[in-house]
Order: sequence, then structure tokens, then C-alpha cells
Amino acid sequence: MGLDIRLPIGFLFTIFGVLLIAFGALSDKAIYARSLGININLEWGVVMLLFGALMLFLGRRGTKV
Amino acid sequence: MLRTIDWTIMIVYFVFVLGIGAVLKRYVKTSTDFFLAGRSIPAWVAGLAFLSANLGAQEVIGMGASGAKYGISTSHFYWIGAIPAMVFVGVFMMPFYYGSRARSVPEYLRLRFDEKTRGLNAVSFAIMTLFSSGISMYAMAKLIQILHIFDSPFAWLGLPQAWIFHFSLVISALVVLGYILLGGLTSAIYNEVVQFFLIVAGFLPLVWLGLKNIGGWQGLKANLDPSYTHSWLGMSNPHTNRLGVEWFGLTMGLGFVLSFGYWCTDFLVIQRAMAANSMNSARCTPLIAAFPKMLFPLLVILPGLIAIALPTQNLAHLAGATTTIQGQAEGRGLIPAKMSASGQPIRDKDGTIELDYDLATPNMLLHYFPTGILGLGLTALLASFMSGMAGNVTAFNTVWTYDIYQSYINKKASDEHYLWMGRMATIFGIALSVATAYMATRFNNIMDMLQLVFAFVNAPLFATFLLGMFWKRTTGHGAFTGLLGGTMAAALHHALTLPQGGVPGVKGGWIATMHVYPSEMAQNFWTAIYAWTTCFVVTIVVSLLTRAHEEKGLVGLVYSLTERPTQHGLRWYQRPAVLAVVVLAATALLNIVFR
Repeated sequence: MGLDIRLPIGFLFTIFGVLLIAFGALSDKAIYARSLGININLEWGVVMLLFGALMLFLGRRGTKV
Repeated sequence: MLRTIDWTIMIVYFVFVLGIGAVLKRYVKTSTDFFLAGRSIPAWVAGLAFLSANLGAQEVIGMGASGAKYGISTSHFYWIGAIPAMVFVGVFMMPFYYGSRARSVPEYLRLRFDEKTRGLNAVSFAIMTLFSSGISMYAMAKLIQILHIFDSPFAWLGLPQAWIFHFSLVISALVVLGYILLGGLTSAIYNEVVQFFLIVAGFLPLVWLGLKNIGGWQGLKANLDPSYTHSWLGMSNPHTNRLGVEWFGLTMGLGFVLSFGYWCTDFLVIQRAMAANSMNSARCTPLIAAFPKMLFPLLVILPGLIAIALPTQNLAHLAGATTTIQGQAEGRGLIPAKMSASGQPIRDKDGTIELDYDLATPNMLLHYFPTGILGLGLTALLASFMSGMAGNVTAFNTVWTYDIYQSYINKKASDEHYLWMGRMATIFGIALSVATAYMATRFNNIMDMLQLVFAFVNAPLFATFLLGMFWKRTTGHGAFTGLLGGTMAAALHHALTLPQGGVPGVKGGWIATMHVYPSEMAQNFWTAIYAWTTCFVVTIVVSLLTRAHEEKGLVGLVYSLTERPTQHGLRWYQRPAVLAVVVLAATALLNIVFR
């Protein structure tokens, strides 16, 4: 099929990662009482961004699986 | 409760889902593209879709609920009730499904046996898929209502809150309709892969926070009765474990009959492997799926366990006082009691308060996730519902078009016509699912009855496939009578037994009560065992009494007459046999760790 599935996954996770990081950096720290004081938006946003970037990299390189 | 960021995440996701369909549209030219993704899907994509198509409502919500109710023994549904069957279908059965070039599971039955066996399977399967996708939609709309996801936008637009249910149904139906119409099975498979990653991304941080809060696995053990944290403890007797089943019923009923009947014969999952780009990819599809499947209990069952282990508390103050889930005071952990219409907690006949276990996982999300990642978690939840629905719809449109329409209604149409029919089938399939969802709101008993009938029809299936693939003497008459006999045996067994505390009726015993099982689960497992055995014996006897098929017509369809697929030139990690051994060893290890 013409579309490498890793590209849409990469884009989606990159967008989600950026959104969560931005919101995590700007948001009021009080809302994180619920997540045990951890800024889960920021931390998980970084993980999602990294995963998204990896998928984009693999998809762009077009390695045969 | 939800803020702009949460809505943004949800909307971005829906745009992507439809966008993938739109991009794939130009690759759909023939009916094979639409129904079988042009047989061009790489193994790992087909494998994740194989897993995701089964990740419907039952999985995420239901397994969390069972985790809270039965504890870690729920993982038997994965380690006993899925992995061995997935390995078997990949290693032994896929050569016939893929190698015969059948376009669907009923079509394989047509090639191997005869028209009537295919017809029986095709019609019952088509009705069943519509029914399950309807149930999935109903559950999703109900959940959206309970979690008050759309309350604030509806209030803002001045729309009545009662419309939220209808709106949720229609919007989910339209999204699934949109992407399947555009890209067919490829679109469904691609979206299932996206949904897989999204579900992991949404639930992994939940499990992480939950475990951190309660002190890890040791903390769970310290807060719960040992029966929750051991999967094999007390399995020698149905009265000494939470499931209410003994090891034989569990391994034979769930592990053999039900699990092999589902994973090895259900076109919903097999279709994903049939879409793979080569024989070896098709064989690896279920094996690749088995790796994440093996670890999924950690993702979907643990939230339920954590929810029941936490100290009982009031959620209302946490969720910004917008969650008004009733019955929290009488609940346990994060799980509220079931409430009657008059606002009283519902008690069973021993006077124990019944808990609303289905809320275990949703409440975990609300409890731990602040706005932002909450949007992600809810999107993951919606994604799981949609992947289950889409799986049913793509399986339905294929079986309808190839096995019902092309076989009985219009045999000699052009390929464009069948492609058009597939799109039409998608539309009316989804319309009928919506109708089923509304039926579920009005007639709960009918739904229970239908589910029962499907269980009777499904239970014997694996005996037919096993004999068909591995015994060349099996005949069409044998297979057909065996299936009917097995279904009747299931109905009869159900009619003569009851689970403990059950009243005769939809729970069983509608002719007489000859045996009482310690639990409904034990009754179900034994119904399946009787159905399978009857089908197995009847098929053999009738086959021996009827004329054998000619051997040259069975090449590629039966084990003894088919060349083994070669594994030359494959790297070790591409070989089905190697993957199979690794999966089975790892599963055994998990069973030992969580015994």
C-alpha cells in the first residue's frame, strides 16, 4: 500500500507530544495533586514526542519491514 | 471537567482517523483492495491490527471490571484463553486459510466442504457481527453519558442532555462509516494500528501512576486478599478461587474450546491475517499479535485491581465536583455500588452490596489523570470502542458481499459491482448496528437471549475446522450435521443446568435442573465442552457413513495433502516456529511469576 503507516502514527504522536508538553509547561501546578504531584502532561508528552519522532524517522527512511 | 486541551486532543485524533481513510481512498480500485487490503499488509501491521480488532468494549472496560472482581486470575483469559490458540492458528491453520486463497472463513468452508456448511457459517456470522458492533456502540454511548464527557458542550449549545446518548451513537457510527467507506479494510487496519499505540499511550501512564501510588505489586499484595493476586491459587476446586471454576473446566472450556473457537475460526481476526502480503506474513500475524497480547493484562487488568485496592473514597471532590457518580459511599476503592432507580444501593440475596465493576477503569482515569492527559486517556478509550466496531463492520461487509450476495443473490456481476455492494453493505451494516444499539436500550432480555444463541452456535465451530483441516476423510454432510448437533448439545446442556443461585430462564435450566454449577463461568465453559465434543463425534460418525471427497479437490485445504510452507531464507525472527516457541515459553513464565 502506498502509505507507510509509520508516518501518520509519527505525526499523531508528535502533535500529541507537543500539545502535552506545552500544556504541561504552562498549566497551574495545582492540577497535579491528582497525579501524585508529577507533571504527567510534561513527562508523558516528552515520551510521546520521542516515540512520534522515531516513527517519523523510520517511516521517512522507508526501511523495509 | 474537560478543557480546551482535552478537546483539542480528541478532535486531532478524529481528524487523523478520517484523514487516513481519505489518503487511502485512491488506492482502492478493486474489490480485493476494499475487502482484503489488496493482500499487501506487512506482518507487523497485520499483527497489531489482529490484536486491535479484538480490543473492543469487552477488552478495556470489561477486563478492568473483571480485574476488580476476580483479581489477577482474569489474565487466564489471555494466557490460557488466547495465546495457545493464537500460536496454533499461526503455525498450523494459516497455511490453509491463506494458501487456499479463500477470501473469507466461510469461503474456506465452501472449498473444503460444501455450500450448506458455508451458508450456515456465513449467515450466523453476519448476524453476530452486526449484533456485536451494535452492543459495542451502545456500551460506548452509555459510557460517554455516565462520564459526562459531552455535558459541558451540550449545556453551552443549549441542547438537552438527553440527546448525548443519540449524539454519541451517531457520531461514532459516522466516523467508522467514513473511514471504512473511504479506504476499506486497509483503512480499518491502519486505524487499528494507530488505536493500538494510542491505547498503550493512554493506559501505560495510568498503570504507572496507580502502581506508584499503591506501592507497586507488593503494595497491591499488601492491600488485597491473596485470592486477588494469585492466578492459580485454589484452582483445584471451584469453591476456593474467585472465578468459581476448577482447572479442568478452565483449561478445556476456556483454553481449548472457546479460545480456539474464537481465535482460529472467527473471520473478524482471521481477515487481518488474510490481508497479509505473503504466506509467511500471514502465519506470523497471530504470532506477532501474541507478544503484546501476553502483556496486555498489565495494561487492562491492573487498573481494575488498583481501583479495588485503594482505600474507599469520594471521587466527587477530585473531579472538580463535576463527576456525580452515585453510590460511592457504599462502594469499595474507586468502584461505586450499583444503584437502583430509587437511589438505593442494589444488594444480592445475601445482602451484600453489588459493585458497578464496569466503572473501575473509567474511574481510575478520572482519579489519576489531570486535564490534558485526561483527554488522551478518554481518546484511547473511545479508540478502543471504535476499533472493535470497525473490525465487526469490515468482517460483515466481506462476508455479506462474497459469501451471501455473490453466492446466492447475484453470481456473475462485475468486480466494480461487488466493490459498490461492499460500500453499500458498510452503510446498511452500520445502520443495522445502530438499530441493534437502540434495541439494547429497550429490550435487555432479547439481547441476553441472542448472546446465548450465538454462544450455542459458536461453541462447536472449532471441532469442524480441526477435523476439516487435519482429517481428509471429513465430509460436508459430516461437518454440517456436526455443527447442528453441537449447537443442539449446547442448548440442551444449558437447558438442563443452572449456575448457583440462578433462577430457571435465560440463565439456564429452562427444561429441568439436573446439575448446579458453582458459577456462571463454570456453566459456560462446560456448555462449550459438551458442544465441542458432540460436534467432534457426530462429524466423525456421519463422515464415515457418507461418501468421501475426492482427494485431488482437497489439495491445499487439508494437512496431509498440502506441501509444508518452506522456511528457507528466513531470518530466525521471521520463522513462525521460532516465534511460537518464544511466545509459549514467555507465557509459561508469566504464569509461574503470577501463580
